[in-house]
Amino acid sequence: MVQGERCILGKQLPVHLSFLFFSWDETHFGKMGSYYINRTFFFDVHPPLGKMLIGLAGYLSGYNGTFPFQKPGDRYGHHNYIGMRGFCAFLGSCLVPFAYLIVLELSKSLSAALLAASILIFDTGCITLSQYILLDPILMFFLMGAVLSMVKYNSCAVRPFSAPWWFWLSLTGVNLAGAIGVKFVGLFVVLLVGLNTVYDLWELLGDLSLSLVTLGKHLLARVFCLILLPLVLYTAQFAVHFAVLNKSGPGDGFFSSAFQSRLIGNNLHNVSVPEHLAYGSVITMKNLRMAGGYLHSHWHLYPEGVGARQQQVTAYLHKDLNNLWVIKKHDSNTDHLDPSCSVEFVRHGDVIRLEHKETSRNLHSHQHEAPMTRKHFQVTGYGINGTGDANDFWRIEVVGRKSGKRIKVLRSQIRLTHLATGCILGSSGKTLPKWGWEQVEVTCTPYVKETPNALWNVEDHINPKLPNISLDVLKPSFPEILLESHMVMIRGNSGLKPKENEVTSKPWHWPINYQGLRFSGVNETDYRVYLLGNPVVWWLNLVTIGLYLLMATCTIVAIKRGAQLTVEFKELSEVLLHSGGKIMLGWLLHYLPFFMMGRVLYFHHYFPAMLFSSMLTGITWDTLLKFCAGCLSCSMGKRVYTYGMLALMLLIVYSFYLFHPLSYGMVGPMASDPNSPMAGLRWLESWEF
Amino acid sequence: MLGFLKQPVVVTAEINMNLVALTVMGLVNRLWALSYPRAVVFDEVYYGQFVSLYMKRIFFVDDSGPPFGHMLLAFGGYLGGFDGNFLWNRIGAEYSMNVPVWSLRLLPALTGALCVPLAYQILVELHFSHCAAFGAALLILFENSLITQSRLMLLESVLIFFILLAILSYLKFYNLQKCSPFTAGWWFWLLLTGVACSCAVGVKYMGLFTYMLLLAIAGGHSWHLIGDQTLSNVSVLCHLLARGLALVVVPVAMYLSFFYVHLTVLYRSGPHDQIMTSAFQASLEGGLARITQGQPLEVAYGSQITLRNVLGKPVPCWLHSHKNTYPIRYENGRGSSHQQQVTCYPFKDVNNWWIVKDPGMQQLVVSNPPRPVRHGHIVQLVHGITTRYLNTHDVAAPLSPHSQEISCYIDYNISMPAQNLWRVEIVNRESDTDVWKTILSEVRFVHVNTSAVLKLSGASLPEWGYRQLEIIGEKLSKGHHQSMLWNVEEHRYGKSQEQKEREVELHSPTQADISKNLSFMARFTELQWKILTLKNEDTEHKYSSSPLDWITMDTNIAYWFHPISGAQIHLIGNILTWASANVATLVYVCLFLWYLLRRRRKICDIPEDAWRLWVSAGGLCVGGWAVNYLPFFMMEKTLFLYHYLPALTFQILLIPVVLQHLTDHLCRSQLPKNMFSALMVAWFSSIYLVYRTFSPLTYGEPTLSAAELRSLRWKDSWDILIRKH
Repeated sequence: MVQGERCILGKQLPVHLSFLFFSWDETHFGKMGSYYINRTFFFDVHPPLGKMLIGLAGYLSGYNGTFPFQKPGDRYGHHNYIGMRGFCAFLGSCLVPFAYLIVLELSKSLSAALLAASILIFDTGCITLSQYILLDPILMFFLMGAVLSMVKYNSCAVRPFSAPWWFWLSLTGVNLAGAIGVKFVGLFVVLLVGLNTVYDLWELLGDLSLSLVTLGKHLLARVFCLILLPLVLYTAQFAVHFAVLNKSGPGDGFFSSAFQSRLIGNNLHNVSVPEHLAYGSVITMKNLRMAGGYLHSHWHLYPEGVGARQQQVTAYLHKDLNNLWVIKKHDSNTDHLDPSCSVEFVRHGDVIRLEHKETSRNLHSHQHEAPMTRKHFQVTGYGINGTGDANDFWRIEVVGRKSGKRIKVLRSQIRLTHLATGCILGSSGKTLPKWGWEQVEVTCTPYVKETPNALWNVEDHINPKLPNISLDVLKPSFPEILLESHMVMIRGNSGLKPKENEVTSKPWHWPINYQGLRFSGVNETDYRVYLLGNPVVWWLNLVTIGLYLLMATCTIVAIKRGAQLTVEFKELSEVLLHSGGKIMLGWLLHYLPFFMMGRVLYFHHYFPAMLFSSMLTGITWDTLLKFCAGCLSCSMGKRVYTYGMLALMLLIVYSFYLFHPLSYGMVGPMASDPNSPMAGLRWLESWEF
Repeated sequence: MLGFLKQPVVVTAEINMNLVALTVMGLVNRLWALSYPRAVVFDEVYYGQFVSLYMKRIFFVDDSGPPFGHMLLAFGGYLGGFDGNFLWNRIGAEYSMNVPVWSLRLLPALTGALCVPLAYQILVELHFSHCAAFGAALLILFENSLITQSRLMLLESVLIFFILLAILSYLKFYNLQKCSPFTAGWWFWLLLTGVACSCAVGVKYMGLFTYMLLLAIAGGHSWHLIGDQTLSNVSVLCHLLARGLALVVVPVAMYLSFFYVHLTVLYRSGPHDQIMTSAFQASLEGGLARITQGQPLEVAYGSQITLRNVLGKPVPCWLHSHKNTYPIRYENGRGSSHQQQVTCYPFKDVNNWWIVKDPGMQQLVVSNPPRPVRHGHIVQLVHGITTRYLNTHDVAAPLSPHSQEISCYIDYNISMPAQNLWRVEIVNRESDTDVWKTILSEVRFVHVNTSAVLKLSGASLPEWGYRQLEIIGEKLSKGHHQSMLWNVEEHRYGKSQEQKEREVELHSPTQADISKNLSFMARFTELQWKILTLKNEDTEHKYSSSPLDWITMDTNIAYWFHPISGAQIHLIGNILTWASANVATLVYVCLFLWYLLRRRRKICDIPEDAWRLWVSAGGLCVGGWAVNYLPFFMMEKTLFLYHYLPALTFQILLIPVVLQHLTDHLCRSQLPKNMFSALMVAWFSSIYLVYRTFSPLTYGEPTLSAAELRSLRWKDSWDILIRKH
């Protein structure tokens, strides 16, 4: 727990200096902690567990959720933030004992375990990352917890179905649920545990002394603990999340109308409208793409040179009278609200005309190119008092429905097909220039594709001739909200694309510690914290990966060529290939997938992989030194082993002494200035502390 | 001496009539009426423009793949005597008389036809019966989608040919390995594997997947070799080295040679010049080379230069300024300095000229002898036409408020002093005293007062900035990005001290003479990098589809449509073959898992060698299908049904494998065997029937009536063009 104390000490340093900063992503996750305390609904690309725990920690430590978390560098003032930071720091310091136990269990060597643990204690990057209100320490805690319990239950394999076996197996499942619950990156550790389990089962299958019934029990136990248990826990997190956040908040717009009706304070909450669309109904239509607007029109015309000079049709994100449209039959202009008429419902496949209520123009499209998306057709408002031409006719269809069925408010996903050209009404998501009041472009797309851009749902519905029913009936069920929030999260994640000409962090930067991340403070007078791994440690880790691959290849080839090994070397090679292999696999699984990700990447994404790489360092150097010692005579060998280990430890401690200002904060000139005390430590030009 | 005369000279030839028959059938079926339709069909419009450029020796960059495929198509055009004069602008346009349609389409058709005997040979080499091998070849023969794709000037059939060739030669090599390693035949097939692999990769990057698969298989086989303790260490090493040479070194060398030929053949400048760096452009004949020929190499104080941004994205542009000033207030209410605008302008213009000035001296001409500017020197940049100084200060940039505004300084006599000193940092320098060179040096301008770096932000300014690109001073310079680098493109030593004369001088073209030749490797790396990073913007296409649609063929592509007769060509497969291939894959995977689990429990359902055969054949076919199909799920580019064809070929090869296994091991007695054979015959005839039914859409003739077309629409999602009358 050495690190724990150090983290908490370090955190209090800014208090004494009365610089009450909060830094970098704390704005983000701290704010979400506050949302939980205030019970307002928000949207984030990560699953809720991590933020919920932060919120809980804040709640328990007496934080009242009122701090606005507006921009990095604001002062906390009197707000009680220590609880949240302390919670993260505590989880972050648990990584050290976890690493120690994992390596000890895998290699059965005390010095290997100590080496791995000391790397984590003295790595400036790990310290910095665990000091603030971030998701990463929580993620890494669950991740290491999962690996530890996996290793433990593997070593209980001699006594299957005993109490400790069950304990560690189910603990693995719990930790897996925690890991995915914090960030989707947790999936990689699920993959690691999955592969390990498959290997485990394969070994059991080859053991002919086990009966099929026992095998079945083994299989069922794993399915229960490693698949069902995490799924239940994961779902439970979301249940709590939705139960806690029941007030309308900044995240509403990302979700569908049906979803919004759950939130207290939203205008869709507890309203009652007619359930089925009928001719003469006044409606608003919401686009189903994420943050899609309402179908909108206004008196202004498209400017000269942009398609035909007719009335603009756009998508507008706010509620407004101009969002109202009237559904009419395509061939008659009778007033359906006339009491003498009988109610006629709109059915799937009907040809309709949509009349804009304020301006009495029809929704119209024709073969002019759309203003922004040149390959699509322009959509306009056309006609006077409802009389237009054949280009005003649209076929209304519900996705996944047979013809003749009625159309439901909120629930039905509607597609409007233009009768004359066969194109589909959609919102491209591009913002119009000033002439379009910076609203969103609406086009008619000739590419017939099932995308949410081309789907709409009816949100408001006014028809005095129909009975209103309470929307509570239409409230989505829990599986539906679960699915929707996942879709929104996945879309949000893939939407985080780097902008043109933006300098972003690349995965190959990470293991070589190419560039850090500025946590707080920019200028010379600021109190600066810089997230950068201890370069000595990181480069040692990097070299070790190469060394491990070399050693493993040599050993494997030697064994394959039938070399005769002594018992001692056999044990060493077993540790190297088996235990080292598991850790190496963990590193690969937590690192390689980033090369294929299109989203914006940050330096801190490497830290889970770094944990594995540190453990690998412990195992590899221990094996190497033992191997060298084994080749030499007894006393000489022992000396080589002891001195080697000591040298490594001292190296790590000394480099930490050099670089500790990075995580505990530094004031004074930038390191690029030759007068700075840190100038000699700026080993790479890309470091900016 | 003449002993050889005592014996008769005997030549014994062994001809496999199966192979001959299959080749002939393949040729007939792929080459029949090849030059019909005499119109541009689908992607011919895309590949055709490159063929034309090859004929005219004009340089181009194509981001869809390496140049070998285009080169092969162009070779067809060369043989047919094509002069490259055809405007490839519209699908369906009639070819003019000078386009040798037949010879342009010949090569893809030939390779497509040769896939049929290759399939036969592969199954034979996998130790399957001739019957199964013949079946596999027939399935390939009667696959409508493969026929369509090979009858047009497209690259998929070439790719599939090289993939199958690589597989076949590896199998031949592997079978020779057991009896006679290091013989001529062994070397031949080993080297051919490498060559075929590199050709496949050279045609399309998709070939990489099969190359990787072959490397993995070869790796697995080598691993067994290492475990073989009857071989000495030295011979194991020799084996490994031979494989390394043939499967890694040879392909890399071949790949480089494609580019070498490409760059040698295309020596004229052309439409894609702008994408490349100035140095590359200068190495082409015409274009920039004509302008830059004979420019002075070293930039000196007093030099007149144009500065091009190295990144070239979103469009290549030059540092520019003009009389207009920044608006006092932007639309969002923020204020500006109201000084002269500095932008990046994508066209050549007299306002792109800047003069390098020594801050310590007044003169704007080059002294004699010229004093060159070196790395680390402090300069001022003077805009040629307006004689204002490049300046930046603590005012937010118009569109990127986190960065500083760059302007040309106007003295409004307010408390905003000029800050116009810039440090020149040559990024690709060899030493710290390097001279700033025209075209070659990539330079960063660091502002002396604020250490902001001159950068292209990529955003385009609104109306007041004439939609030119925004230039900013990036304060937190994170790393080195190409958008912060500039190189001198046009350059001359300024001579006129007076502003009037200077304007005349700026308007006149540059002259003089030195050639700057880039090495092949430098040009190769640049071109390769551009090919890999160039992105097309429009990602939507009417016939694009997602990989999930391919497996069941829920989609098709209309390739060509005759506007009058209504004849049409579609990329549409033999649905029965596709369905059978899917079933075969499913059966294979299930049986494989079943056998595997049972073997683990020491229960052997089939003999050891049958099992090994089952694993190797299945590994190749299912593996080939998987590596050519699954990666598409992770790709973000526009995908079409034809991307599935290589995977489909592997899947088709699996059908006879599974069928023969079923007859050999699951039909134990004679009666089921007979019934099975009868079923086979029926199944093959129905495949032939489906092929005949859809052949009007494959060959484009005969023309079908609307009713006939409607009856061909077997799936609702198929897009068959039916004209309304």
